[in-house]
Amino acid sequence: MSQIEPSGGVHRRSFLIAAGAGGAAFAAAQFTPGIALADKALTAEAIKKAIGDRKPIEGRVSIDGPEIAENGNTVPIGFEVESKMSGGDMVKAVHIFAEGNPRPEVANFWFSGQSGAARGAFRMRMAKTQNIIALAEMADGKVYMGQRLVKVTIGGCGG
Amino acid sequence: MSRPRVRVPRKIKKGDTVTIKTLIAHKMETGVRRNKKTGKLIPRKIINGFEAKIDGKTVFKASLHPAVSANPYISFAISPEKSGKIDFVWTEDGGKTFTKSAKFTVA
Repeated sequence: MSQIEPSGGVHRRSFLIAAGAGGAAFAAAQFTPGIALADKALTAEAIKKAIGDRKPIEGRVSIDGPEIAENGNTVPIGFEVESKMSGGDMVKAVHIFAEGNPRPEVANFWFSGQSGAARGAFRMRMAKTQNIIALAEMADGKVYMGQRLVKVTIGGCGG
Repeated sequence: MSRPRVRVPRKIKKGDTVTIKTLIAHKMETGVRRNKKTGKLIPRKIINGFEAKIDGKTVFKASLHPAVSANPYISFAISPEKSGKIDFVWTEDGGKTFTKSAKFTVA
């Protein structure tokens, strides 16, 4: 192919080199000692940092995402909290955690009286198949929790 | 790099909740990757903060960690009471900011 289309060959080669570098970096992230992946204890610690000693109540928070993510580098995740978003039924913040990444913190979102709905979407890196946890902090101090297991075919490096 | 893009509905019906979509080109260097040749860690550089303000008042805020993918996409909802301007600010590690704004009418 490169004989027919020399410039195409160059691109292909540089792509392969780049892909190789990415693969090596991924391997390093996976197997270098000192970059351990987060576990349940680390996640619990991060959750405690975000919400203190409050006990999360299961429910009202739904997480949207693929059942199987082929590319762990960019996994689309959406969330929604059942709430009127007015008066006492307000969502102050939503915190997202990943149990199987080098660090469990993913993102935090804060809402306001002009939010209309406590929903959002973003894309995240996932090192491996793992549980995604979303905590919703309400204006009255209650914390609701939702989880979703996302299977990952090829992990995203870092995280 | 870093050219932010946003999608804001131009006309919003009073009482409606609409979705805002935002995207900014950024590598989101995690700080756990190593330089292949030197073996040294590549320093972390990510977009760590995002804020949307309607006429100067914060309507939505986010803090991002290295687990957020490169070229961070964020979508969220707003339900504005009246016509106005929405300003978006992305903050990078080190304090550099990127901004974008859009106008909308509520009727």
